Amino acid sequence: MLEACQLRYAFHTQPPLFEEVSLRLGAGEWVGLSGHSGAGKSTLGRLLAGYDEPTAGHVRIAGQRLPVKGLRPVQWLPQSPELAVNPRWQVARVLHEAWEPPEALRHAFGIKPEWLNRPVRTLSGGELQRICVLRALAPGVRYLIADEISTMLDPITQLALWQALKAEAEKRKLGVLVISHDAALLGRLCQRRYHLENARLHAAEHHQLP
Amino acid sequence: MLRIEQLSLALPYYPRFWRRRFATHLDQLSFSVTAGSVHAVVGASGAGKSLLAHAIMGLLPKDAQLSGSCFFKQTLLDEPRKRALRGRELALIPQSLSALDPLARSQHQVNWAARRAGLPPSPARQAASQALAHYQLDERARRAYPHELSGGMARRVLTAMAHVAQASLVIADEPTIGLDPAQRSRVLDALAALALQGKAVMLITHDLRHALSIADRVTVMREGRCVESADASAFQGTGQMLESAYARALWQALPDNAFNVDTEYAEESRFA
Amino acid sequence: MNATQPRLRALACSGFVALLLLALLSGQWWLGDLPGRMQFDARLAPPGVDHWLGTDALGRELWARTLAGLGLSFQVGFLAALLGSAIALGLALLATLSPRLDALVRLLIDTLLSVPHLILLLLIAFALGGGLQAVVIAVATTHWPGLARVLRAELFQLRTAPYIDISRALGKSRGFILLHHFLPHALPHCLVGALLLFPHAILHEAALTFLGVGLSPSQPAIGILLADAMRYLSGGYWWLGVFPGLGLLLMVLSIERIAHGLRRAL
Repeated sequence: MLEACQLRYAFHTQPPLFEEVSLRLGAGEWVGLSGHSGAGKSTLGRLLAGYDEPTAGHVRIAGQRLPVKGLRPVQWLPQSPELAVNPRWQVARVLHEAWEPPEALRHAFGIKPEWLNRPVRTLSGGELQRICVLRALAPGVRYLIADEISTMLDPITQLALWQALKAEAEKRKLGVLVISHDAALLGRLCQRRYHLENARLHAAEHHQLP
Repeated sequence: MLRIEQLSLALPYYPRFWRRRFATHLDQLSFSVTAGSVHAVVGASGAGKSLLAHAIMGLLPKDAQLSGSCFFKQTLLDEPRKRALRGRELALIPQSLSALDPLARSQHQVNWAARRAGLPPSPARQAASQALAHYQLDERARRAYPHELSGGMARRVLTAMAHVAQASLVIADEPTIGLDPAQRSRVLDALAALALQGKAVMLITHDLRHALSIADRVTVMREGRCVESADASAFQGTGQMLESAYARALWQALPDNAFNVDTEYAEESRFA
Repeated sequence: MNATQPRLRALACSGFVALLLLALLSGQWWLGDLPGRMQFDARLAPPGVDHWLGTDALGRELWARTLAGLGLSFQVGFLAALLGSAIALGLALLATLSPRLDALVRLLIDTLLSVPHLILLLLIAFALGGGLQAVVIAVATTHWPGLARVLRAELFQLRTAPYIDISRALGKSRGFILLHHFLPHALPHCLVGALLLFPHAILHEAALTFLGVGLSPSQPAIGILLADAMRYLSGGYWWLGVFPGLGLLLMVLSIERIAHGLRRAL
């Protein structure tokens, strides 16, 4: 269980971006998070993954603090894959930064062997995003924060990415927080949904699609 | 308004530092955009959508190999004519917001666009303020510098510039990327408003669903080729009115539709 | 050569300059003792068929001395630029490790930048007793702050890049990130910086030697040649100053050109 208790986040002395935010993400659970731009969805995602410290409150994983060193059990996946990879590296080096995914998994994510020796800038956004998602699935990772990872993708590429991730997440009982504007997408993917509005987090009405 | 015939484009790349090869990015594209309508060009990233915009505007690098022809208002659109017309008859709303002058307030940028179109100073100011009002930019947005604008506002400033430049063809390259739903619908409304004034609007996007909310016709591109050009109304139900399997799969893959792809097509399309 | 292939042209240009530099460096061997050989029957001979660029007051061939001087200058410039950019890179990388180290590095940079560096240069070279080594060390220790400031800013911008955060979240150590993310990013900037430092180093070597705290007067350094030329300038022996000066200018300009080309390319 990934738990956030009474999180509050403020830049310096400005009014807080959000406060009294508590949420829970269980193992194997898919939960949506929606809200306007600037409401702090990304910041909340980064707090949950331990990229930033909340001004108040805490994030616990199975009752423990997030570890500071080593592979973190919560991984954050940002919107633009171009910024999430070192532009000077080759695809293989990026993919293998934390672990070496087995060939079957590479195939399931549609990563072609001939990409591996190419520089990352020769791949398209959709191809790169799949590399980033697979990179984050190292053994020991139990939760994913997927921050708008498919907004830049066309429908077919988006579908393929989610299908591959869904299959792997089910196998490993990964908990996934899907941050998106797209209510229909959240309906397809998630069991329940939170909505961030006016600096507070609410459990939102959710229509799960089959 | 704009007719594209057999347009092909190859760009150089360097497999070794000194050796040059050409790769095909656009392959015999043909379609036309009529005045007063929104024509969406959709496809995956890397399908060549942005290059198409740059080819029409004459913004390609010097060593690009372009063949085929474009006709604008029934006249051949060659490189000198592209140079002469862009910024006036042809307007581009680019993907990157660095197209705005970082040192000028929005109202001045729109004002300058009107002056470039040949309006005298005072009608230009008037046209600029009307256009800014038309695209719902308030006093604060008008006095703001580009870095103070949100993504949606900046795109509406660019739209206002295309408006006052009295362009007859406006090409918008991924205008909704990175915008939240409210901002996105405002930008799309602005583009639809341009079409209502009789301009031809070409909307380049990967976002089929929202393109359909304003588009009259849709061209689906894949790997530099035109897969299908259809009326926007053909995108309904299970996509049975669409001719090509790829366009149907694109439609079916949307979360509001099946969120699934035909099995016969799946193996080929999956990560193709 | 095809004008539409910019990369090929740049390559050919660099190749030409490299060939020139090779000639300069190898000059030490094939010139032999020519730069120092005195010909008392041909003192202060003007440029002509026998003496291509003329001779100096002791009848030494000016072309040989200019070539040897440029070779020497190149050596000094190369060593000083290498040392200077190594210091800059090391300190810039150090600054990324912690805010306290960064404050220290910034203090060092600002202090050095606030002192006019010709004075510092003179003091260091004088303290070290002159000679090739002293000149190299003096030029290197006074010229790194500019480059260090650029590199530090570049690396600080990189520190906020998502892929650095992600690398940390994937369990990579600070050392790994420094070595595999920061260093490869800084190296091209460092190379350009070093090349831009190069002409500076050469000019300052000449200045130091001209002022008498650099290389010893027995060596045919450009600075010595120019200092000599000063004494004879009023006598109308213009070639003594013009040719070494022109040679220095050409070398500095060509290196600068490469550096600018490289900066655009990277």
